[in-house]
Amino acid sequence: MSSLSRFTLSVLLVLLTTSGSAGAATLEEVRARGYLVAGVNGGVFGFSMPDKDGTWRGLDVDTARAVAAAVFGDAGKIKFTALTAVQRLPALQSKEIDVLCRNTTQTLTRETTNGLSFAHVNFYDGQGFLIAKKLGVKSAKELSGATVCVLPGTTTELNAADFFRKNKMAWKPVVIEQVSELGKAFFAGRCDCLTSDTSQLAAHRSVAPNPDDYILLPEIISKEPLAPVVRHGDDQWYDIVNWTVMALIQAEEFGITSANVDEMLKSKDPQIQRFLGVTPGLGQSLGLNDRWAYHIIKQVGNYGEIFDRNVGPGTPLALPRGLNDLWTNGGLMYAAPFR
Amino acid sequence: MQTARSKIVKPPVTRVGVVGWVRANLFDGWLNAFLTVVTLLVLWKLVPPLVQWALIDSVWNTTGNACRETSGACWSVITANLRFILFGFFPPEAQWRPAAAMLILFALLFVSRERSHWRQWLAYAWVFGLIVMAALMRGGVPGLAPVDYDRWGGLPLTLLLSVFGLAGAYPLGVLLALGRQSKMPAVRLISVIYIELIRGVPLISLLFMGSIILPLFLPEGVTLNKILRAQVVIILFTAAYIAEVVRGGLQGMPQGQYEAAASMGLNYYQTMRLVILPQALKIVIPPTVSILISAFKDTSLVVIIALFDLLKTTQTMLHNPEWMGFSREAYLFVALLYFLGCFWMAQFSRRLERELSTEQG
Amino acid sequence: MPDRPPAANQAQAGRTAFWLEPGKRAILYQGALLCLLGLLAYYLISNTLTNLERQSIATGWGFLDKEAAFEVGESVIPYSAADTYGRALIVGALNTLKVALIGMAMTLVLGTLIGVARLSTNWLVSKLAAGYIELMQNIPVLLQLFFWYAIFYEALPSPREALHPLRGLFLCNRGVVFAVPQPHPAHKYMLAALFAGVVLVYLLQRWVRARQARSGRGFPLGTVGAGILVGLPALVWLAFGAPRGMNVPELAGFNFQGGVTWSPEFIALLLGLVLYTAAFVAEIVRAGIQAVGKGQQEAALSIGLRRRQVLHLVILPQALRVIIPPLTSQMLNLTKNSSLAVAIGFPDFVSVANTTINQTGQAIEGVALIMLVYLMFSLTTSAFMNWYNRKTRLIER
Repeated sequence: MSSLSRFTLSVLLVLLTTSGSAGAATLEEVRARGYLVAGVNGGVFGFSMPDKDGTWRGLDVDTARAVAAAVFGDAGKIKFTALTAVQRLPALQSKEIDVLCRNTTQTLTRETTNGLSFAHVNFYDGQGFLIAKKLGVKSAKELSGATVCVLPGTTTELNAADFFRKNKMAWKPVVIEQVSELGKAFFAGRCDCLTSDTSQLAAHRSVAPNPDDYILLPEIISKEPLAPVVRHGDDQWYDIVNWTVMALIQAEEFGITSANVDEMLKSKDPQIQRFLGVTPGLGQSLGLNDRWAYHIIKQVGNYGEIFDRNVGPGTPLALPRGLNDLWTNGGLMYAAPFR
Repeated sequence: MQTARSKIVKPPVTRVGVVGWVRANLFDGWLNAFLTVVTLLVLWKLVPPLVQWALIDSVWNTTGNACRETSGACWSVITANLRFILFGFFPPEAQWRPAAAMLILFALLFVSRERSHWRQWLAYAWVFGLIVMAALMRGGVPGLAPVDYDRWGGLPLTLLLSVFGLAGAYPLGVLLALGRQSKMPAVRLISVIYIELIRGVPLISLLFMGSIILPLFLPEGVTLNKILRAQVVIILFTAAYIAEVVRGGLQGMPQGQYEAAASMGLNYYQTMRLVILPQALKIVIPPTVSILISAFKDTSLVVIIALFDLLKTTQTMLHNPEWMGFSREAYLFVALLYFLGCFWMAQFSRRLERELSTEQG
Repeated sequence: MPDRPPAANQAQAGRTAFWLEPGKRAILYQGALLCLLGLLAYYLISNTLTNLERQSIATGWGFLDKEAAFEVGESVIPYSAADTYGRALIVGALNTLKVALIGMAMTLVLGTLIGVARLSTNWLVSKLAAGYIELMQNIPVLLQLFFWYAIFYEALPSPREALHPLRGLFLCNRGVVFAVPQPHPAHKYMLAALFAGVVLVYLLQRWVRARQARSGRGFPLGTVGAGILVGLPALVWLAFGAPRGMNVPELAGFNFQGGVTWSPEFIALLLGLVLYTAAFVAEIVRAGIQAVGKGQQEAALSIGLRRRQVLHLVILPQALRVIIPPLTSQMLNLTKNSSLAVAIGFPDFVSVANTTINQTGQAIEGVALIMLVYLMFSLTTSAFMNWYNRKTRLIER
C-alpha cells in the first residue's frame, strides 16, 4: 500500500501545474506559458461548443482564437476552459483564465465591485420572449400569470424580474442551469414562454420540433452588450483584447478576408498598410508583433466571416446581422481608427 | 440408498418439478397468488411496449432528422457521437491511448478479483500499470505526443477521478481513522472535526469550494488545473468516509491483540503496522469496495462544475441541434455504463464478504 | 493501549531523554501538529486576503440586507424580487427542508415495503424487489434526476389538456395540482388537538409500560392511541360545525389557480431522491429483520405470545436497534443529495445561494453559507443519533 500511496503522491505532484512569476503582467505570463487560456461556455451552439471531434466552435471561441493569433501569431496556441455561470467571474479573478469569452453582459457592477474590465463588444444582443403561437399572445404585456423558463444567475433573470415588476404582473420563473434542458423543457410545454437573449431564442427556435409554431414577441426588454472580459488593472492586456475585437471589425470594413489578406499586403492604401503592419508601428505599441492583425485575419477571419461561419444564414441558427452589422450598414459594429 | 431408490414412491407432481415450484413460490396462499397475478399483469403492461420501443422499432445508424420520423428509440444518437461521449476532447488520432489505458485498468481490476492473486507481484503490476496509464494519457514520453488536461474527458476522466480518488483517499483515510482512535486529545479532536465536517456537507458544496474558492486560497501566480482541483476535492471527501470504515475495523479488533503486541515490546508504529492494520484492513475490504462504488457514482457530480466527464460529454452532444431531444436514449446509455461498472464491483464485494466471513467463522 | 511503553523502559524512565517519554512526546507531537495546522491556516487566509484586496472584490455579509432582485420559483413563505438576499436564502433553506421532510417520509414507506417484498416468500415479488434494489443502487442519483425530469415534462400534457383522474386533482407538465381544504379557523384548533393527543398518548404509553412491568397486564395501546390521535382533532372539527370547504384548482389564463401545485422540478427531485434512497433503505430493513434470529420468534411463540405481540415486543425492538443507525445516515444522505436540485432547477438552498454568488460575486460567503446550513442539518441528526444510541444501550443486557 505504501508504495502505491507514494506513487499516487508523486503523480499528483507531477500533475500539479504551477505557473510561476507572481504578479507578472498577463502578456508576459501568457508568452512564458506558451498558450492562452480562455474561459468559454460549455454548450451554446453557435457561440461556444465542442463539435463531435472535440474541436471548439463558435463566435466566442473564434474571438478568443483571434486573441491567441494576435499574441502568438498562431491561433492554435490556446486552451479552452468550460465554465458555468457561477464559475466564470471567480475563474478570471483567480487568474485561472486570461480572458473570458462567455456571452457575458457588460454591466456597471461587474466592472466595479467584481474588478473586471470589458473589451469592445463582440455581439450585441437584447432580451426577448419566445412563445407558442397557439396561445395567441401578441405582446409581452399580456404575459401576466405566465410561467417563464429562464437561465439562472444571468442578467436575463434579473431583467425578467424587473420587467414583470415594472408592469405589475405576476409570473413564475422556472430556472434551469443546463441550456439544453431549458430548451427541451420549454418545447415540451413546461413553460408558457422562454426568455433569453434573442440570439439564444433564435437558436432554440431553430431546433424546435416545429419552428413555425413559435414566435418572438416584439418587446426587447434589455440591452445585452456581450463582450470579452479581462481583469481590472492590467491596461496593456486590456488593450490587446480590446483592439483584437476592433481589428476583426475593422478588417471587415476594409474588406480584408482570410482569403484575400495576402493580396492586401500589397495594397497601396496607407490605412491598410498600417493595419496589416506593412507600415510598422501599431503592433509594437501594443507590445505585439507588427503583423498581429495579419495573423488574426489570416487564421481566424474578419468579424463578418466569423459571424457567418458560426451563427449566420448558413447555420442552423440563421441569425440576421441586425445590430451586429457594420455601422456603414446601419449596425453598431464600429471600430476606432487604427493609427 | 442406491437399491432402495427404485422402491421409493415419487412425491406427487404437485410437490416437485415445475408445478411444485410454482405452487410453493408463486401461489402459496391467497395473498401470494394475488400478488403474483398483479405483478404479472403489470409486467405484461410494461415490458412488451418497452421492448417494442427499445429494440423492435429502434434505429441504430441514421441521421438526427431520420430519427425524428421513427416511433422507436433513436440509438443513432449514441452511435453517431460515441467517440465524443467516450473520449471527449482527446485528439482523435491518439484516442487509442485512452482506450488502451482503460483496457489496462480493466485487466488489472479483473486480475485483482481473485484473492489468490493478491501477492506482491500484483502490487507491482498496479504501480506499473498506473504509470503506463498516466503516460498514455499525459504523453510526453518518446513516441507519444503530450496531451494536456484540457483535452481529457469522457469515460477515462470518470475512471481516473474515481480510481485515483480512492487510491489517494485510502492512506489519508487510514491516518484519520488512527487519529480518531488516538490517545492524544489534539490529534483526536482534529481528526473528528475533519471527518464530521466533511461528512456533514454535500459533495457538491465541496466541489464548489474547489472550483470557485480554492484558487483564491493560493498565492498569486499559482494555479491548479480544474481536473486536479476536482480530484483533490474527491480525495478529501472520500478519505472521511474511508476513515469511518477503517475505524469500524479498528474497533472490531479485540483488546487482546493490542495487549499481546505491547507485551512483545512493540511500539505504537510496529503494533499498528504489523499487528492491527493488516487484520483490520482485511475486515473492511467489502465496505471499502462500497465506497469505491459511491466514489464512481459521485464523480458524475463534476458535471455541475463543468468538467467533461462521461455525463457532461453526453449532455454536450445533446446541445447540438441535430441531436436535441434524444436525452432519454442518451441518459439510458450512460446509466447502462454506470450500472455495469457498479454492478460488477458490487458482485465482487459480495463474494469477498462471503469468503472472508467463512474464513473467520 | 498502543502508547503504553514496555515495562523495561518504564523502569529506566528516570534516565531517558524527554523525547523518549511517551507523555512528553505526545505533547511534542500535538504541539507540532497544531503549529503546522496553524501555519497552514495562516498561509491560506493571508493568501485569500491578499487576493481579495488585489482584485478589489467586495467582502462581508452586507449583501444579505440588499435587494435580491431575482424571483424564486416556489416558496413556502411570501417572497418577491423586492425582498433581500437574506430572505431569498431563507426561502431556499425552507425549500430544502420541505423536500427533505417529504422525501424522508416517502422513502421510509417505500423502502420498508420493498425491504419486506425482498423477504417475501413469493419468488416473483422477491426477485423484482431484488432487481429494483440492484438497479437503483448502481445508477448515479444525478443521472436519475435528469432522467425523471425529462420524462415528467415530455410525457404529461399541457395544462389545458391536463389529466384529471380524480375530482380536484390535475396532472400536467406544470406539475401536480390538487385541492386542499379552504383555510378555516378550526384548523388551528385541530392542530392543537393533535398536539394534545400526542402528549396524551405519550403519557398513556408510560403508564402502560409501568403497569405492565408491575402487574404484567397488557393494554391495547395501538388501537386506543390511534383513536385518540384521530378522534381529538375530529371532535374539534365537528365542534366547529364540520367546515368542508375545499380550495379546488381551476384553469385560469395560463395556469391553474387555487389548490396546491407541486412543480415538475419538485416532483422530479422527490421522485429521484425517494426511488434512489428507498433502495438503500430496503436493504437496511431486510438486514434488520434478518438480524433477529428465527429462534427469537419461535421462543416468543412458545411462551404463548400472539403473533402481533411477537412482532411488537420481540422482533421490532431488536430489529430497530440494527435498523435505526444506518437508516438515519441514509436520511441524512437524502438531505445532502437534495442539493443536486441545482442541476434540474428546483430552488433549494444551494440553488439560491448559487444565484446569490453569481449576482454579488461573493463566492466565499456563499459557499460558507451552504456548508453551514448542511452542517446544521447534520449536527441535528447526529445529536438525535447519539440520543437514540444512548437510549437503546440501556435496553441492552
